[in-house]
Amino acid sequence: MNLPFRHLFRTVPKCSSFFSRRHVAHFTFFKDQPDPSHGPTKEMNLCQTIQNALDITLGNDHTAIVFGEDVAFGGVFRCTTELRSKYGADRVFNTPLCEQGIIGFGIGVAVAGATAVAEIQFADYIFPAYDQIVNEAAKYRYRSQNLFNCGKLTIRAPWGAVGHGALYHSQSPEAQFMHTPGLKVVIPRSAIEAKGLLISCIKDDNPCIFFEPKILYRSAKEDVPIKEYTIPLSKAQVIQEGSDVTLLSWGTQVHVLREVAQMAAKENISCELIDLRTILPWDVDTICQSVSKTGRLLISHEAPITGGVGAEIAATVARECFLNLEAPIERVCGYDIHPIPHVFEPFYFPSKWRCLEAIKRMMNF
Amino acid sequence: MNTYAKLLIRLQPSGRQLLQQQQQHEQIASSLPTVFSSVRKASSGTTLEYDTPKAYKLHMLEKGPSTHVSCNREEGLEYYKKMQVIRRMEASANNMYKSKLIRGFCHLYSGQEAVCVGMKAAMDKNDSLITAYRAHGWTYMMGVSVTGILAELTGKKTGCAEGRGGSMHMYAPNFYGGNGIVGAQVPLGAGVAFAHKYRGESNVCIALYGDGAANQGQVFEAYNMAKLWSLPCIFVCENNGYGMGTSTARASANPNFYTRCEYIPGIWVDGMDVLAVREATRFARDWCTSGKGPMIMEMATYRYFGHSMSDPGTSYRTREEVQDVRKSRDPITSFREKVIEANLATDEEFKNIDNEVKKIIEDAENHAQNDPELHVDELYSHVYSMRPENFKIRGCDNFTFKEISK
Repeated sequence: MNLPFRHLFRTVPKCSSFFSRRHVAHFTFFKDQPDPSHGPTKEMNLCQTIQNALDITLGNDHTAIVFGEDVAFGGVFRCTTELRSKYGADRVFNTPLCEQGIIGFGIGVAVAGATAVAEIQFADYIFPAYDQIVNEAAKYRYRSQNLFNCGKLTIRAPWGAVGHGALYHSQSPEAQFMHTPGLKVVIPRSAIEAKGLLISCIKDDNPCIFFEPKILYRSAKEDVPIKEYTIPLSKAQVIQEGSDVTLLSWGTQVHVLREVAQMAAKENISCELIDLRTILPWDVDTICQSVSKTGRLLISHEAPITGGVGAEIAATVARECFLNLEAPIERVCGYDIHPIPHVFEPFYFPSKWRCLEAIKRMMNF
Repeated sequence: MNTYAKLLIRLQPSGRQLLQQQQQHEQIASSLPTVFSSVRKASSGTTLEYDTPKAYKLHMLEKGPSTHVSCNREEGLEYYKKMQVIRRMEASANNMYKSKLIRGFCHLYSGQEAVCVGMKAAMDKNDSLITAYRAHGWTYMMGVSVTGILAELTGKKTGCAEGRGGSMHMYAPNFYGGNGIVGAQVPLGAGVAFAHKYRGESNVCIALYGDGAANQGQVFEAYNMAKLWSLPCIFVCENNGYGMGTSTARASANPNFYTRCEYIPGIWVDGMDVLAVREATRFARDWCTSGKGPMIMEMATYRYFGHSMSDPGTSYRTREEVQDVRKSRDPITSFREKVIEANLATDEEFKNIDNEVKKIIEDAENHAQNDPELHVDELYSHVYSMRPENFKIRGCDNFTFKEISK
């Protein structure tokens, strides 16, 4: 993907000239700085970081196994390169083409005591496994009165829009899983975040789904600490403090909102930007504290608006912070059509322009 | 009357030309392997006939399709032309993808042409078909023009789904696509077969899937339903040896996909021989429409390109293997050789067909590159059918609603 070139064209796409249209990315990647207490760092992009996290896991936990379609040679996004040669074919192996089977098998192996890291090749393909995740994995501890659990299962899947994914390589299904208690759903925004969050997911004693923004695999290059570190789950991060409006998102959209905050600052609107990180269970306190301070909330996500994660957050915040709200809560999300039609992709996105417009509406309410 | 005399009558060439042709013919004859001698002996000059003893393997069947296959001149030229159109169309898609005129996903059918051409030749015009994402060849055979296909790939309004579907979502009457999720189309095929039976039609539904998809649970669910309810469904596994980058040996405990169901009979077919494919499809179709229930077919075929445009196709197989298949088993050149050998047509005629095909593709490419795109208001269309009164699609935020017209 020619993402470096895309940064050169910051114009709004016009639908008539299809040459320039496809070279504009809808976001600019903002690098994070590593925590100095985590020691020496190395420049890695997101897929190398995931590989590093899995390498550390396989190295420290002798029961850990990594499996999925095509993971043995390195995976279609090269997140599992060299793991098989390092740890052996009995720990890093391919499965046949059967998502329901992969997750069902993963649940079994996790219940029996192995740390299972299952890969679903694209989040769009997770649905044959939906029954296993929702009916088996999520409910295991509950229905056995804590006698059994599959907390050692972690499911990883590439997630979100990528520019040319169309209907079946672009979906963001986090809302479908947010509705299932018993699961944890986590989405990182960058390489540094991804390593800490993935290791936390693997160590967490509950079945976790870790969605990796595929558009960031190559472009999210940061100085990532080499050693093992974790980032707590269910803790949102306030990336930037502000006083006029709270902007909330996760994954790729956080970078869009960062740019929106910059654009809003030029118009003297001070934005507080929060990365939710864990979708389920989500950090109600941090969000509500922020909204109590600013009085306005904008939630943005790529998935369609109806029934999206933003809906749950908006309802909860409206109840908790009702008297502090200066304006109705805005959700700038994908349209209620199927994400994402190939030929209309630039029009579907909750772009920075739409977000800025929503902020202005709230400020002028 | 011998074949040379027939040649004389048909072509009326000059004396020198005839001599040249004779010499050419002898040269071809001496360099061909002996299997072609069976072509010459059986063919009577108006038909191509030969025996294909190795083209089928049977599972739970005592009798299989006839191993003596034939076609006449018209059919021969028609099959050649269709296969060549598909081959050139896929080559065109390959080039356009590389010049970024086509984006997204593109899975090419080159090498597998004999399967769709052969099967369609045996299908009734009201038979239904459903396949997975390697669908361009099938889309063409089910009636969509090359323009309809190439324009769909480039996202233009003249595409068969008006540019909304792209490579994996092409449709036509009786052709249910074009499906992205592996294996998901197989139970659908069983359902369509049920509809045929319910309506009392003597038609079948052909549900195609690949060697990778053969390991999906829902395929076995479809087998069970089809057998239980005796549905006129032909399950066809287009086995091209690789599920993306994984060979069948590494993915399947039982790589004999035609034997995968112990209660549905199966036939393995040499998928590179268009006439064998046609004969086997006729047999399967007769089986299903006579109320004997479903059948499974495995087409042993090969794809020259990688899984999709992002796969070079050489990291899991050698270049030599691909070239080897091109040289020895290519469905188009081997069929052409057989037709020439049987004196049904000459090199010259084939060259003319090739030129016609070239023109068709060029014209389609022109449309694909220059036709207008779909209007952006179509972003909201066809989410639901018949919209209720005052129904609006909610847009990106609480205040944007779009009134939709369809």
